[in-house]
Amino acid sequence: MNAHVFKPDMPPPVKTVGVVAWMRANLFSSWVNTLLTFFAIYLVWLAVPPLLQWAFIDANWTGTTRADCTKEGACWVFVQQRFGQFMYGYYPSDLRWRVDLTVWLGVIGAAPLFIRRFPRKVAYGIGYLLVYPTVAYFLLHGGSFGLSQVPTSQWGGLMLTLVIATVGIAAALPLGILLALGRRSRMPVIKSVSVTFIEFWRGIPLITVLFMSSVMLPLFMPEGMSFDKLLRAMIFVILFESAYIAEVVRGGLQAIPKGQYEAASAMGLGYWRSMGLVILPQALKLVIPGIVNTFIALFKDTSLVIIIGLFDLLNSVRQATADPAWLGMATEGYVFAALVYWIFCFGMSRYSMHLERKLDTGHKR
Amino acid sequence: MKMLKTTLAVLTAAAALGATSFAQAGATLDAVKKKGFVQCGVSDGLPGFSVPDAKGNIVGIDADVCRAVAAAVFGDATKVKFSQLNAKERFTALQSGEVDVLSRNTTWTSSRDAGMGLVFAGVTYYDGIGFLVNKKLGVSSAKELDGATVCIQAGTTTELNVSDYFRANGLKYTPITFDTSDESAKSLESGRCDVLTSDKSQLYAQRSKLAAPTDYVVLPETISKEPLGPVVRKGDEEWFSIVKWTLFAMLNAEEAGLTSKNVEAEAKSGKNPDNARLLGADGEYGKDLKLPKDWVVQIVKQVGNYGEVFEKNLGKSTPLQIDRGLNALWNNGGIQYAPPVR
Repeated sequence: MNAHVFKPDMPPPVKTVGVVAWMRANLFSSWVNTLLTFFAIYLVWLAVPPLLQWAFIDANWTGTTRADCTKEGACWVFVQQRFGQFMYGYYPSDLRWRVDLTVWLGVIGAAPLFIRRFPRKVAYGIGYLLVYPTVAYFLLHGGSFGLSQVPTSQWGGLMLTLVIATVGIAAALPLGILLALGRRSRMPVIKSVSVTFIEFWRGIPLITVLFMSSVMLPLFMPEGMSFDKLLRAMIFVILFESAYIAEVVRGGLQAIPKGQYEAASAMGLGYWRSMGLVILPQALKLVIPGIVNTFIALFKDTSLVIIIGLFDLLNSVRQATADPAWLGMATEGYVFAALVYWIFCFGMSRYSMHLERKLDTGHKR
Repeated sequence: MKMLKTTLAVLTAAAALGATSFAQAGATLDAVKKKGFVQCGVSDGLPGFSVPDAKGNIVGIDADVCRAVAAAVFGDATKVKFSQLNAKERFTALQSGEVDVLSRNTTWTSSRDAGMGLVFAGVTYYDGIGFLVNKKLGVSSAKELDGATVCIQAGTTTELNVSDYFRANGLKYTPITFDTSDESAKSLESGRCDVLTSDKSQLYAQRSKLAAPTDYVVLPETISKEPLGPVVRKGDEEWFSIVKWTLFAMLNAEEAGLTSKNVEAEAKSGKNPDNARLLGADGEYGKDLKLPKDWVVQIVKQVGNYGEVFEKNLGKSTPLQIDRGLNALWNNGGIQYAPPVR
């Protein structure tokens, strides 16, 4: 008996592979789509070449003053000259190494958390969250260990944006989770306190909160006692964002089937252990996109501190454009600021997608 | 709504109490001497008035007024710290004691001078709302602007003043209000509006942003009075006098021809009796103000006389290129006039 021999596979028809086929399927599948494709190409052609011309081809890259910008395009010299201020604000230039060191310590310290097989990750993570903020505070603010003091009024630029955003994210997440649990609690006092808190902060715009904190609050304090502006801003950002996080997390909690709660109880787990071991890991995984979305919004919301006279990245840029020596450089400054914001927000968004893939276990069957 | 009103009323009353209860004569100077520097409120970025340079030093005429106060009090113009304040928080910062003097292109008005627990110490710059137009328009006076599209740089009082002016003169106009100076400058350049209006000092800054600044001209009319000056808390006359006379000293120095270059030599020679009094070589005029004998010498040497400060920050050598105009001395066609030191 002869064994059956399969014929070799035929290549797919020419019309279904390659660039042409892809374009047929995706760009020119009907006359409407063809029209839309050409319209989109026209729009790209309108926008991109002049932009490239302005930002790169005709741009001025070298020099020290406005007079060096002789070519038509963007004057990146302005951004170069003010780069230090955009990054560090008025942080004294001979002390800026302290900011750099803080950032590096943060990155290096956090690195083990991203190594999959690092032993005792949880303990390390908790230790990191306790030790690093303390170290960072002493490095940035100084005033002890032989470091000269740099008051927060001199902080600024991207550094200030990052300080507000990281503190906001790190504190708003746990607070938000607690609030979400509180809102689902069966205990009436805890429940009503959580609901009131969340609805209050969600009901008012952040900008009015910041505004009140800077215009009204000082009048109620005894003379000479000034409550640090940055601290004020951070507290209100945390309270505000935790309300949003709480609602996102609550969505996740509601999506967990009742059977999971019952199963956790049946195993003999108490409230905190059933939440910590069974419910929250599943719920938080579900709402990663929502949480990251809130964080990205928070990162961009930090620019609202302009209203209380803190010099974050955007305000530093705005202020630099008012320098008589560089009048008319607003476009370059704002394009640079947008680029920096985009890099951070895009980074967060990519990381959240990575997390979702990594944690996407159990629902794949 | 009613409850809200009551709450607001209580808050305002509390604010007013807080603002007035603690200002007492002598307190500010003592506090300033104790902490070793003058805390000065400036703007958060206004070309020529107060803006940080590349190194983060605040430069501008408003900032220099504060430096002069520091020079008078401490004999050292560097003993000043700046708080950069936006328009909304400036008065709170002064009322709450966060800053000792507010030198932030603030218009001197009756409501601010009398109603807010504040007092203006003088005028550093006589400003007013004006118009910037393209020369091609062929307009030489604001009266010819009938039917024009007017770009208004939003300010605290600009919109009101512009509409008052056009109504009073029976002119029709279409207003377009912008929040930032960059937007309004771009609109003028692109021809979206025929005329740009803002405080004159800012119009010069706007003009220097344009691609061809020489094609544009600031019309001669000034349609509102905007005297800008330093502000202090009400109730502390001693500190008020120091700030006021610092400004007068700068004006008197210019009038007497004393500059940062020649003031020391002049103080030593003591030939001119007027200068001798001003510079502390004759008499004890600093003592009345509780200032050192050589206070004027220190102001002029370290910061400059009024004319020098004006030229350095706003004048022909800067991109702003502002004429002295009203801000020239009284004997030179302007209205800057200081009482004498004697």
